[in-house]
Amino acid sequence: MKRLLIAGVVMAAAFAGSGPVMADPVDDTLEIDGTPIVTRAKAPEGHPFDEVYSGWLFREAETRDAERDSIENPGMIAVEDGEVLWNKVEGTAGKSCASCHGDAAESMKGIGASFPKWDADSKKPINVELQINKCRTEQMGAEALAFNKGGQQELTSYIKYQSLGMPVEIDLTQGDMQAWWEKGKDVYYTRMGQLNLACASCHEKAMGKFIRADHLSQGQVNGFPTYRLKSGLTSLHQRFRGCIRDTRAEQPKAFSDELMALETYVTWRGTGLSVETPSVRQ
Amino acid sequence: MASKPRIKVPKSASAGEVITIKTLISHEMESGQRKDKDGNPIPRQIINKFTCTFEGQKVFECDLDPAISANPYFEFNAKVPASGTFKFTWLDDNGSVYEAEAPIEVK
Repeated sequence: MKRLLIAGVVMAAAFAGSGPVMADPVDDTLEIDGTPIVTRAKAPEGHPFDEVYSGWLFREAETRDAERDSIENPGMIAVEDGEVLWNKVEGTAGKSCASCHGDAAESMKGIGASFPKWDADSKKPINVELQINKCRTEQMGAEALAFNKGGQQELTSYIKYQSLGMPVEIDLTQGDMQAWWEKGKDVYYTRMGQLNLACASCHEKAMGKFIRADHLSQGQVNGFPTYRLKSGLTSLHQRFRGCIRDTRAEQPKAFSDELMALETYVTWRGTGLSVETPSVRQ
Repeated sequence: MASKPRIKVPKSASAGEVITIKTLISHEMESGQRKDKDGNPIPRQIINKFTCTFEGQKVFECDLDPAISANPYFEFNAKVPASGTFKFTWLDDNGSVYEAEAPIEVK
C-alpha cells in the first residue's frame, strides 16, 4: 500500500511538472536527402517576431520524421505526378512545360523561393499556379487550370520542389509589390467572421499555444503545397480559405486580389526559411 | 503512370554492416476487380514481381498480388560485404520492366 502511495505521489509530481499547455518550437534540425533545411531564421526588418519558425518545428516527432525522409513523405507522390504533367504536351501549340523550360531541375530552381512576383501584364502579383495558367493560355494554347483541378497542385508541387532548401526571399521593389504587401498586411490584421479573428490573433498573438488539439504555428507558407495528414495535398489558397472559414467569415475566392495580397505578405513573413515543398503537416 | 522509381540506399557503410534499403515506385496497381462507368471490367495491371540483387546475388525478392495498394513501398535490410551496386527490378503485367540501381561504398 505504501509503495502504491509513493507511486501516486511520483505520478502527481510528474503531471505537475508538465507545466502550462504551451508548445514552443522544438529543438530539432531538418535535413532532407542531404539538403539542409533552414527552419529558424532571423526575421526581416519590420517583422513582429525576432525569429521566424517553420511550422515543422511545431509538429509531433512522427510527422517531422515523415518529412525528413523523402520516401516516407506522401507528398512526394504529388511531385512525381507533377513531373509527368511537366512533360505532357497539351494545347493547340503542341507544347509541354518542358518544350520551353527544359529540365525543371535547372530552369525552375529558385522559382519556389521567389514567387509571388510582379506581373506587369495584369498589374498584380502572380504566384506559381497563376504563372502556370499564364503559360498554358499564352504559350501552349491550352485551357487555364481551375483552382485545385487538373493537376494544378501536383505541377505546383513539382515546380516548387526544385527549390527545396533555398531560402524564401521575394522582391518587393518590383512594380507595386509594396502596395500589395501593405494590402496583405491589412488583411492579416483585420478581424473577421463571427469569431472575430484575424490571422494575427492565432499565428502572432497565440503562436505556440494549444488550440483544437493542435499547436499553433506562425502560419508560415514555405512548405506549400503541403501534405496534411487530415486532408492530403493542400494548396496555399485552400489553406487560407480553410482558416477563414474557421473564423466563420465569408471566404474570398482562390487567387482573388484579397488572397493574392495575403500570399504576398505572408510569404514575406517567412523570409529566410527554406522552401520545404511538399512539407508534411497535421 | 510510373515515373522513375525512388530508392534510398546509404552512400557508404562499413563491411558487414546491416543497412536499410527503401524503394518506392508510383504505380496504379489496377486490381482487375473494378469496373469502368459502362460496367466493363478494367483489366488487371499491377507490378507482379520485385527483385533486388547485389552484384548478381539475390538480396530480396517478392511476388505482388492484386490486393497490394498503389505505389508499392518496400523497406528491407541487407548486409553488405564489399563495395558494389544494388540493382532493383520491377516487373509490370504489361511486360514492362522498370529498373534502378544504387552504388554503395564499403569503407
